[in-house]
Amino acid sequence: MKITQISIFLENHAGRLHEVTALLGREQINIRALTVAESRDFGVLRIVTDQPDRTLTVLKAGGFVASLTEIVAVEVSDTPGGLSGILGILSENKVNVEYMYGFVEKHSEKALLVFRFDNTDKAIEVLTRSNINVVGKKEIETL
Amino acid sequence: MIFNQKFECMPPGKLKALQLERLKAITAYIDKDCPFYQKRLAEAGLHAKDIKSLSDIQKFPLTLKDDLRNNYPYGMLSVPLSKIIETHVSSGTTGNPTVVGYTAEDIDLWSEVMARSLCLSGARPGDMIQIAYGYGLFTGGLGFHYGALKLGLSIIPCSSGLTPRQIKIMTDFKPRILACTPSYSLYMAEAAREAGIDPFKSSWQIGIFGAEPWSVNMRTEIEKVWNMTALDIYGLCEIIGPGVAMECPCKTGLHLFSDVFYPEIIDPDTGKEVPEGQPGMLVLTTLTKTGMPLLRYATRDIVSINREPCACGRTSPRISKIQGRTDDMLIVRGVNVFPSQIEQVLLNIEETQPHYQLIVDRKPNGMDELEVLVEVKEQFFSDELKKLEALEDTIKKQIEAVLGVGASVRLVEPKSIARSEGKAKRVIDKRNI
Repeated sequence: MKITQISIFLENHAGRLHEVTALLGREQINIRALTVAESRDFGVLRIVTDQPDRTLTVLKAGGFVASLTEIVAVEVSDTPGGLSGILGILSENKVNVEYMYGFVEKHSEKALLVFRFDNTDKAIEVLTRSNINVVGKKEIETL
Repeated sequence: MIFNQKFECMPPGKLKALQLERLKAITAYIDKDCPFYQKRLAEAGLHAKDIKSLSDIQKFPLTLKDDLRNNYPYGMLSVPLSKIIETHVSSGTTGNPTVVGYTAEDIDLWSEVMARSLCLSGARPGDMIQIAYGYGLFTGGLGFHYGALKLGLSIIPCSSGLTPRQIKIMTDFKPRILACTPSYSLYMAEAAREAGIDPFKSSWQIGIFGAEPWSVNMRTEIEKVWNMTALDIYGLCEIIGPGVAMECPCKTGLHLFSDVFYPEIIDPDTGKEVPEGQPGMLVLTTLTKTGMPLLRYATRDIVSINREPCACGRTSPRISKIQGRTDDMLIVRGVNVFPSQIEQVLLNIEETQPHYQLIVDRKPNGMDELEVLVEVKEQFFSDELKKLEALEDTIKKQIEAVLGVGASVRLVEPKSIARSEGKAKRVIDKRNI
């Protein structure tokens, strides 16, 4: 039920993000979701791609520091209060969200968000129990 | 005014005879009372009786900073600990710090050479001195303090920092003399201007600056800004602290008190004495210390020496300003910094050998800034920004704790630190010293 995110360390200077995307483009790797978190001097690019393991290999070969993280992709109703409902369930069960971001394309009529939780297994358990659709690896790769 | 006419203006022949006599005595003394030197001299098969002329000193082995570190804390002493009345400690590199113990006689010697230094600058009994060197384990503050007491100055023991208070004391008390690091004097000029005070109109007429290398250009700037005579003082804690050599207002080199500190200038590679006037490593022997005398201590400072008498009347040899170091030590805001210290901190935190680089730059306000770049490795990379920021903070705090000087830390991408022949360049000094 978990999916794999690739995180990449980037210094804050012009063109660096482009170099990552250009490399992945050349390697025919498709980015499904991404977000950039930035601090004063550096940033962390987090991406979900159609070929996570290969993405890591390609990036490392390209001289980037990158790592894999298990995250959870969740279908969220694209209506007012949709996200709130899910966060309410997590909150009741004391699961903390470290960060989250959205997918570029929709999986169904619902929006697709990825979450990094402090306790991934527990998060999956409470979401599944509440009939929230947690999207698996296969579905992401064939999106 | 010359503080000690007898020794400072001694005819060269007489000075040499005195140095030889003292050299024999100190060598016999350490051979008898210092276990470290007993062993060292026995290994070399040399003793005081082998010294027939001053040049015989060259047969003896050098004493290195590592010797001091390896014999931490008291292994270099020539007296029982009960005779040590004061101890100073300098920041450690990879392991132990350097410890220097002073007997009552040593403190008298320190007062004497510092009184000579202050007199050399133009200070006169009754003048007020603002001492803005740090008081504490660092020798700067107390060295000036003892010399000022001996000469009979009126002391304001400000210690370093708290700049607005320094400016207020300068404005209200009107001291004639300032003693601090050269970069701090420029920093204070900036702070004075911000407080609406014109530094040019300050009461300071004499500035005695040391503990870090500074250029002739910086002297010009300090003198212009503060309307003062800015003079250079040299010293190192292993020998005594400040008061090994001091510039007179002729500004033609630093008078080295060679009746008590015997200088040699050697080629650091061959160990041979270089011709007079040529740059080489300064090697010092303490001729009269009793607590922790050192024989042929390798200072790692590159200077040249001039033995001609000075226009001021003193006969003591004069050394040039420090022209460089034989190792990779940096001096940042008066504090000695070795890249190996940073390396050790990083090794402790990450249990891996990261690539790093130190960048030292001098800000327009005259203060030195130390920046440490650390290449990110997979072992400590995290997808969470807060963990990376916490890592930066940890590195920063530990570096500051080890160095005793503030630093900024920046994580950078792998291979972004320039390497020459596969080896990363560890230090970039952008200051024009």
